[in-house]
Amino acid sequence: MSSLRSLSTFLHRRPRLALGLLLLPPVLWLGVVYLGSLGALLLQSFFHLDGFTGQVVRRLGLATYRDLLAPAHLDIARRTVAMAALVTLTAILLAFPLAYYAARYASPRARALLTLAVVMPLWSSYLVRVYFWKLILAREGILAWAFARLGLSGVLEGLLALPGIGGPSLSVSPIGTYLAFVYVWLPYMILPIQAALERIPPSLLEASADLGARPGATFRRVVLPLALPGVAAGSIFTFSLTLGDFVVPGALGDSSLYIGQAVLAYQGTAGNVPLAAAFTVIPMAVMALYLWGAKRLGAFDAL
Amino acid sequence: MTPIPGPASGGGNGPPAVRLVGVSRTFGEVRALDGVSLEIRDGEFFSLLGPSGSGKTTCLRLVAGFDRPTAGTIELHGVSAAGLPPYDRDVNTVFQDYALFPHMSVAENVAYGLRVRKVPRDERARRVREALDLVRLPGVGDRRPAALSGGQRQRVALARALVNHPRVLLLDEPLGALDLKLRQEMQVELKALQRRVGITFVHVTHDQEEALAMSDRLAVFRDGRVEQVGSPAEVYEEPASAFVADFVGTSNFLAGEAAAALTGSPAPITVRPEKLRLLEAGASLPGDSCGGPGTVSDVVYLGVLTRYRVEMDAGAALAVVEQNRDTTSAEALSARGRRVLVAWPRVHGRPLREGP
Repeated sequence: MSSLRSLSTFLHRRPRLALGLLLLPPVLWLGVVYLGSLGALLLQSFFHLDGFTGQVVRRLGLATYRDLLAPAHLDIARRTVAMAALVTLTAILLAFPLAYYAARYASPRARALLTLAVVMPLWSSYLVRVYFWKLILAREGILAWAFARLGLSGVLEGLLALPGIGGPSLSVSPIGTYLAFVYVWLPYMILPIQAALERIPPSLLEASADLGARPGATFRRVVLPLALPGVAAGSIFTFSLTLGDFVVPGALGDSSLYIGQAVLAYQGTAGNVPLAAAFTVIPMAVMALYLWGAKRLGAFDAL
Repeated sequence: MTPIPGPASGGGNGPPAVRLVGVSRTFGEVRALDGVSLEIRDGEFFSLLGPSGSGKTTCLRLVAGFDRPTAGTIELHGVSAAGLPPYDRDVNTVFQDYALFPHMSVAENVAYGLRVRKVPRDERARRVREALDLVRLPGVGDRRPAALSGGQRQRVALARALVNHPRVLLLDEPLGALDLKLRQEMQVELKALQRRVGITFVHVTHDQEEALAMSDRLAVFRDGRVEQVGSPAEVYEEPASAFVADFVGTSNFLAGEAAAALTGSPAPITVRPEKLRLLEAGASLPGDSCGGPGTVSDVVYLGVLTRYRVEMDAGAALAVVEQNRDTTSAEALSARGRRVLVAWPRVHGRPLREGP
C-alpha cells in the first residue's frame, strides 16, 4: 500500500514520465507493428517478380508499377473505385435521414433502440451475413419471390438485362455486389453522421430560422456544413472498406475481380507479393486524394 | 395591479408591439405558462423577470415562434402570429448561448439574415460593417466566433440580430454568461443602444437588479403567471404581492401579533430594509414613524452598506440596511448584541393582501 503510494507520488512529481509510460504501449504498437508493416508493404511494391524463376528480386525499381498499369489491372482498379464511390454515396443518402431522425427527433428510448438496431448486425460474423445475401438475391431467392408476388418480375428482368450491371440473377450480378456492400458498411456511415448531428446545438437551428432561413436553407447552410466531418469520417470507412474487401465480390457478383481479390490472388496462389503490394497502394492513394479534396472543400472547417 | 400609463418611449397610439391574450403552454403535466396576458408597447424596453422555471423563457420562445401556445393568442403589431413560423416573423432573437454559427466568420454570422433574404452583396457588406460598429466591434469580421471572448460573442449575437432591423428584438438572458463588471457595463450599453435604434426590446432575466436598471416596464413572473406589470419604481415601491416584494429586492414582512405590536395593526405589511433606521435604544420614535426595540443578532459588512439583522422584542426578525456614510467597519461590526430601536416612516409600510 505504502509502496504504491510512494510510486504514485513519484509519478505525480514527474508528469512527463507518467505520460511517457502511458503512451509507450500504443506508440510501440503503432510505430512497430502498424507503420512497420505498412513500410514493409511499400518497400515490397518496389521489388519485382522474376518471370522465369518465380522468385522476388529484392532490388528497388518501378517494374511492378509498370505491370500495375496493364489494362487488365487498371480495369480492376477502375471497377473497385467506382463501386466504392457508388456504395459511399448510397450509404450517405440512406444514413443521413436516419441519423437526423435519431439525433434530432427520437426519444432517448427510441434512440437507444435505433442504435441497437444499427449496431446489432455487427455482432454476427460478416461472412455469414454476406452468404445470407446469396439466399436473398438468388434466382429462386426471397427478393425474386417478392418481386413476383408484387407482379414486378418484369422490372427485375429489365434490371438484370441492363448491360454492365446485369446478369443471370441478382446474386451473380454487380447489382448484387453493390447491394451487399451497402448493407455491410451502412452502420459505419450512420454512427459518425449521427454523432456529428448530435453535436449541433438545437439553438443554432432556431437561430437560423429566427434570422429568416426556411428549413431548406437551414439544412444547406447550417446542418450540412456542421455534419460534413461526420460524413467525411463515415465515407472514409465505407470507401476504404469497399476498396479492400474480397469477401463480398467473391460471394456475390459476376467473376470480374476487385482490388481485394487481386491482392489475395497475387500474394497467395501467384506468389507475386510485389504486385499485391502495389495493388494495395491504390486504395491508399485514392483515400489520400479523397481526404485532400474533402479538406479543400471545407469538410473539416467545422471541427 | 393598477393599470398605469407610464412613460411610453416613442410608439404613440398604434397597436402594441406584442400582445399576449390568455396564453398558456403546457408540457405534459407541467403548466409552463398559465393564462398570461401582456401588452408590450412599441419602442419600449420591457423585461420579463422571474426565477428559473417561472415561464419567462417559454413566453419569449412563443413570441419568437420556436414554440406554439397550447391556448391563447399572440399578436405582433396588431396582427395575429398564429401559425406564423419564426422565419416569417419580423422579430429577431439574441440567444442565451449566443448560438453563433461556428463554421462561419463573424462577418458571415452577422450577414446570415441578409443573405438568406437575398440582400445584394454590396448592401450586405455595408450593413454588416454598420452593425459591427454599432456594437463597438469593428475589425473582427474575419475572425471565427471561437476566437472571441464571451463579451465579444454577446455583441456579435446582438449585431447579427440588429442588422436585420427587426421591429422587436428578443433577448434571452443575454448577459447571463458575463462576469459582474462586464454585465454592468453591458446593461448601460444595451439600454443606450435600445434608445438609439428605437426598437422594442423584450428582455428575459432572473436578475432583478438588471431588470430595474434597464427596463421601461417589466413583468414579474411566478409559476407561469404574471404577478405584476409596471415601471421599475412601481414594482419596487408598490409590490402587488409578497412574492414580488421578496423577489424584486429584499423585504421585511410583518403580520399578526408582531405587526400589531410594531405598527398598531395586525394587517400584513411589507417594508424595505433600507427604509428602516437603527436608533439608540432609549430614543423615542420620531413623529409619524412606527417600530420598536430589539437586539442586533447579525451584522454583514458589504463595503458600501452594512446589513443588520435585528431580533425584535415583539417577536419578528427584521433586516435593516444602512449606508456606511459615517460608520467605520469597526463600528458597524461591533453592533452585534447591541440593544437598538428600529423605526421607519409609516408611509413606507406597504399593506399586503396576504402574508408571505
